[in-house]
Amino acid sequence: MSHWIVSPIVLPAMLAAILVLMVRRHLLPQRVLSMAGCVALLGIAIGQFWQAAGGDVTIYQLGHWPAPFGIVLVADRLSTLMVLVTTLLAPLVLLYAIGSGWDTRGRHFHPLFQFQLMGIIGAFLTGDLFNLFVFFEVLLIASYGLMIHAGGAERLRAGTQYVLFNLLGSTLFLFALGTIYAQTGTLNMADLALRVAELDAGANAGIRVAAVLLLMVFAIKAALLPLHFWLPASYALAPAPVAALFAIMTKVGAYGIIRVYTLVFPPELAITQGLFDTWLMPAALLTLALGMIGVLGAVRIERLVAFAVIGSMGLLLASVAVFTPDGIAAALYYAIHSTFATAALFLLVDVIQSRRGETAGRLVRARPFEGAPLVAGMFFVAAIAMTGLPPLSGFVGKLLILDAAFADPLVWWVWAVVLSASLVAVVGFARAGSIVFWKAHQQGPEPEETDPTSAPPVEDETAQNGSDEPAVPRPVLPMVAVGGLVAMLVALTIGAGPVNRALAATAEQLFSPAPYLEEVLATEGKVIKDDAHGDEDHAGDEHADEGEH
Amino acid sequence: MSLFIIVLLPFLGALLPGLMIRAGRQVCYTTTMLVTGAAAIGLATHAPAILRGETVTAKLDWLPGLGLNANLFLDPLGFMFAALILGIGLLIVAYARYYLSREDNMGEFYVYLLLFQGAMVGIVLSDNILLLLIFWELTSLSSFLLIGYWKHLPEGRQGARMALAVTGMGGLALIGGMLLLGQIAGSYDLTVILERRGQIQDSPLYLPALLLILLGCFTKSAQFPFHFWLPHAMAAPTPVSAYLHSATMVKAGLFLMARLWPVLSGTPEWTALVAGAGLLTMVLGALIAIFKHDLKALLAFSTVSHLGLITFLLGTGTAFGAMAAVFHILNHASFKAALFMSAGIVDHEAHTRDMRRLGGLRKLMPITFSIALLAGLSMAGIPLLNGFLSKEMMLEEATHTTLFGSPMLVTVAATVGALFSAAYSFRLIAHTYFGPERDDYPSHPHDPGAGMWLPPGLLIIPVVVIGLFPALAEPFVKLVTGAVIGNAAELPDAHLKIWHGLVPALWMSVIAVIGGALLLMAFRPLSKAWEAAPRPEAKAIFDDVIAGSVALSRGLTQRLHDGAFTRYAAIMVVTVVAIGAHAWFTGTAGLPTREMLPMTPIAVVAWAMLIAAAAFLVAAHRNRLAVLILMGIIGLMVSVGFNHFSAPDLALTQISVEVVTIILLLLALNFLPNRTPAESGAPRRIRDGVIALSGGAAAAGLIYTILMSDFPLGTISDYHLANSYKGGGGDNVVNVILVDFRGFDTFGEIIVLGIAALVIYALTETLLSSKVRARLLNRGYETEQAGDAHPLMMVVLTRVMMPVVLMVGVYIFLRGHNEPGGGFVAGLVVAIAVVMQYMASGFAWAARRQRYPYHGIIGAGVLVAGLTGIGSWFAGVPFLTSAFGYFRIPPMQEFELATAMGFDLGVFLAVVGAVMLSLESFSRLARRQDTEDSEYAMDIDPSRGAELVPGRAKEEN
Repeated sequence: MSHWIVSPIVLPAMLAAILVLMVRRHLLPQRVLSMAGCVALLGIAIGQFWQAAGGDVTIYQLGHWPAPFGIVLVADRLSTLMVLVTTLLAPLVLLYAIGSGWDTRGRHFHPLFQFQLMGIIGAFLTGDLFNLFVFFEVLLIASYGLMIHAGGAERLRAGTQYVLFNLLGSTLFLFALGTIYAQTGTLNMADLALRVAELDAGANAGIRVAAVLLLMVFAIKAALLPLHFWLPASYALAPAPVAALFAIMTKVGAYGIIRVYTLVFPPELAITQGLFDTWLMPAALLTLALGMIGVLGAVRIERLVAFAVIGSMGLLLASVAVFTPDGIAAALYYAIHSTFATAALFLLVDVIQSRRGETAGRLVRARPFEGAPLVAGMFFVAAIAMTGLPPLSGFVGKLLILDAAFADPLVWWVWAVVLSASLVAVVGFARAGSIVFWKAHQQGPEPEETDPTSAPPVEDETAQNGSDEPAVPRPVLPMVAVGGLVAMLVALTIGAGPVNRALAATAEQLFSPAPYLEEVLATEGKVIKDDAHGDEDHAGDEHADEGEH
Repeated sequence: MSLFIIVLLPFLGALLPGLMIRAGRQVCYTTTMLVTGAAAIGLATHAPAILRGETVTAKLDWLPGLGLNANLFLDPLGFMFAALILGIGLLIVAYARYYLSREDNMGEFYVYLLLFQGAMVGIVLSDNILLLLIFWELTSLSSFLLIGYWKHLPEGRQGARMALAVTGMGGLALIGGMLLLGQIAGSYDLTVILERRGQIQDSPLYLPALLLILLGCFTKSAQFPFHFWLPHAMAAPTPVSAYLHSATMVKAGLFLMARLWPVLSGTPEWTALVAGAGLLTMVLGALIAIFKHDLKALLAFSTVSHLGLITFLLGTGTAFGAMAAVFHILNHASFKAALFMSAGIVDHEAHTRDMRRLGGLRKLMPITFSIALLAGLSMAGIPLLNGFLSKEMMLEEATHTTLFGSPMLVTVAATVGALFSAAYSFRLIAHTYFGPERDDYPSHPHDPGAGMWLPPGLLIIPVVVIGLFPALAEPFVKLVTGAVIGNAAELPDAHLKIWHGLVPALWMSVIAVIGGALLLMAFRPLSKAWEAAPRPEAKAIFDDVIAGSVALSRGLTQRLHDGAFTRYAAIMVVTVVAIGAHAWFTGTAGLPTREMLPMTPIAVVAWAMLIAAAAFLVAAHRNRLAVLILMGIIGLMVSVGFNHFSAPDLALTQISVEVVTIILLLLALNFLPNRTPAESGAPRRIRDGVIALSGGAAAAGLIYTILMSDFPLGTISDYHLANSYKGGGGDNVVNVILVDFRGFDTFGEIIVLGIAALVIYALTETLLSSKVRARLLNRGYETEQAGDAHPLMMVVLTRVMMPVVLMVGVYIFLRGHNEPGGGFVAGLVVAIAVVMQYMASGFAWAARRQRYPYHGIIGAGVLVAGLTGIGSWFAGVPFLTSAFGYFRIPPMQEFELATAMGFDLGVFLAVVGAVMLSLESFSRLARRQDTEDSEYAMDIDPSRGAELVPGRAKEEN
């Protein structure tokens, strides 16, 4: 019995407990252990990914109970891929948090970070719908803690909205689970797949409701219009490394949709026809459009990036909504890409904010800041990636998605929205970058591009404040972290061929689930001693009798 | 040299100038020259093969799944463009060395320039149209950086953004067009696509593909109505204007039209669109150019006009047109780049480019004058210069072309265009160099060093040589034309020569030159009339469009995301109910399969109480304390309900949770006003009421149908019931599910609880280390305070209760596996025992007697639970696999030991720690300035005898 499938969940949980129990007042050991944990996770994730890459589905029966009666973890191509992406992201984000000192601006950053990782990884690995709910709770509450890390009135307010909205989502999740259980009597995803297919078409209203309720739960996490309202403020106001880590959180929602709606409610399933197959694509396109409109209209750069996240989720979900192997493969490629791209952008936004002083993220002219060329270069590259311009992975992802959309009846809509949204995003990012990096060099006092509706220019004030500040040596680690994320994008671009092959295989596995079902449902669990039945049962009866007395 | 290296060299080399600038400008410049030179030599090594008519290819799979591969090929067309790019590139690099001033960051400039160069070479060598797209967009991006190179100039920034927006739009359209083309042809490889003319032109997708591709080409090559970005791109340094915006990048659109000519051209749509747009652009660009006073603006519009000319030639769809286009691309590149550079020299020397402030430079700058004169006359189409030859071919082609049903239209328009073209060329020369010398130049001009005039000077050589001996260029032009037309047409047998006889084209040419000269003479009044005439200002329109869309986006975004949570929640509920209802009503609801249970009086009463409490809660929701109490009632009724439906575990848990939450909420209420202010008016309340009722009705309906139907396929619970004792060692199935069957869920949930407590603690710490602390400490009391905060009776009672409650906790813990109870409930009970002490004697007093930090208890709980799970690894079974056995230690009865108890202990610890840590955090927040830490357990303590003074009073004295 190999335990390493459960290890990426147990490791961060145990590590977090140790951090809280033993070193909660000591920064250095926290940082070292936390980073060591992330690196170890990465190692495990690479191993698991490698193992699953051959097409094997490996399961892990918690408590040695056979599915569907106990909980199983399932390591197939998709789940190990998502875990790998998470663990690639985590050390870089953590590096930034350490380098920029964000982890010292509040309590318990590192334990919460580890718990958050546990929640995300658990959500990817579990093969049980209720267990997925539990991990959603873990990642929600940990993300709330991380989001309000370091406090501040605005952030707390946004955090409250974040957690409230997502608690509504959790409630909805429970409703969905209850409905599903009432219809099928099971919670294991593989078992659900079999049972849903067996359901009587003459009484399908219940399972139809269950299917859409569950989809909306994931849609909330994935910020699908009109369930996205929690996102802009919370991502814009979360501490940068946290926002960067959240880049994978929206993908959890997308993962849920991909997993459940290929396995349990596959597109060809008769009893769920006429539901999300009709409205998911339009909703995704609206999400894309709204996100990019938000990019264009942003008054602060952090909100710009937050809306870019919404837009990218729209594009991703549009690709998912095609529900073909090509569409899913394209969506996965884009998911990986947008995870790193958004993370890089959020970190850069933080660098910009902190170096611009009081102007922070406002899109108005301010004095030039130190080290701007490097930051500008990185921002340029990350923005290219995010808007899907060549040559980076965003463009490749967009091509894949446009290509996959041929299979969809709404193909022309998809094309029109995707291409025009890209243009809007390009204009929005160019505008923001030009104001932040170029306009700073303009001579003369008149701020002619400043929008009258935005705050009055404060450059003079900042300039004075700025010149008085003593020169603080800039830490190197943050830019190393950003560089690492950008390097991921470059690697994803250059390696597009092999990556795409792996993702196509992943999608293929999702659309031919027989081995998955077989592995999950046919594996024997613990041996329950029936031969010793008489003796023990007797003792048990006796025992029980006494208890009742 | 491999084609890959030729393309990659500029990209890799782009890293060098930025680095080498540290070693000085000369080193930086030399490096850049070497990089460009190396690429040029690499290209030259292929020249013999190309001239022999061979094609060089290089293939590398990149993303075969999509058909995006790094396939390159070099044919005569690509060779001509690549040679132009690298050849002129060398001259530009040299020119820029002297053009850029000391304040300009030369390293940055060369970095962008090399990036552009690589992208441009990539376009012309791509054999894969998706790869071509990548390079295509890269030229837009590098052009964006180059136009905005002078960051301090608003024109530069705006021009850069405008160029990016327009060419970016075209690029995106091109993505669509190329994907369509690939879909039609079944391949994204150019060499394959070029073979499929019939298939493409017969496809219903031909027209959309054509439109999208042309949109890309027209924006890139500044064709009407997308011509307006090019003049604004002239805010870039002059080397950039000469290189990107006249000689190379703007020709990318032409290149693509030429490249796809065999498969796209020849249809009526193609001719109407391409020839029409080209003709219009030619005339319009030339007309505007006449009246521009800025040298670069004049040249910019003349470039627009000439691009239109070439577009028109490609649009006619004849082989002769294609040949003329190829020839004019070559000629235009040479004379226009030379003109730009000469304009840059004038600007550099005289510090102005405004022709109204120039004139008479002929004697002051003789070298520059000669260059500009030859290039300018070539542009005007004067014989013996190369511009004349290709213009004649254009006019010749125009006489054979019918557009929109009228054969004369094209002839007249082409003549008018040529006339305007001659006019602005003459004006450029006359108003800059002729006329009297002036004494009010911003700076006294003279010829620059050879470094600046040599590059344009070299470009004049082909202008003159080809002009005199056109036959020299003929083989190459025909070779390239052959590559353009492919198999789609026969190579024309026309020859390049100066004298064709008295053909109509010659007369048109004569009219154009004479007319141009006349126009120049009448320039003053015409210019006045032009200035007075109303014309649409493209930049103003563009700016308005952008500002409008920004404002619109901002309005929409901010109105939608106004931060009102109630609205967000309302939208969510409405969405969920609507989509759920849609799913329900489009399906078929089954009939109830269960009998209604009898309504017992007790159940009805409890139900009525539940409803009443909820209703009261809504009515009294502004009074927070009342809300809390009503919530307590509801919780209690729910517990009773659980018990009624034979779920004692749930009931027990629910009751303990109720107690703890009510206490914590009471503490939290401490920081809030007693009443919620009314913030919404009646319409909104009605709206919210309707939404709430619909949500409630939907939930109730759903639950009702669930309760009224059996599991259609059975449930997994039967297995749990059957195996709880045999496999999990416990009679209490609920507990066995919690700690064994689904212990992993519980593991997650205690972590959730622990995290929640940690978050509350972290939040408290953050608040207490911020400015909020002072506000918290200084706030007053809303109501009168009890004099005796720690009453004797309560202290005594809680002390007596403590061991009893602890005992109950242990009991509940131990019986958990077989009877209702377990670690979770036990944890809550024990927490309540401790909370009672805090309530009775105050936070400080109790905290001093508490030796274990609550963080630690949470951590320990998670650890214990986790380690119990990990323990099973040593037995070779999965995480959390339970083991149990029955033991007998005389004289006691037989008892059971199960590993699940260890897990339950972890649950217990985590619950205790979480509850207590939250309580501790709230208590710390609750402290006020006058709160002080009594060392006594109660305020009034009879045993303290005479000093019967409350602690508070004593301290004050």
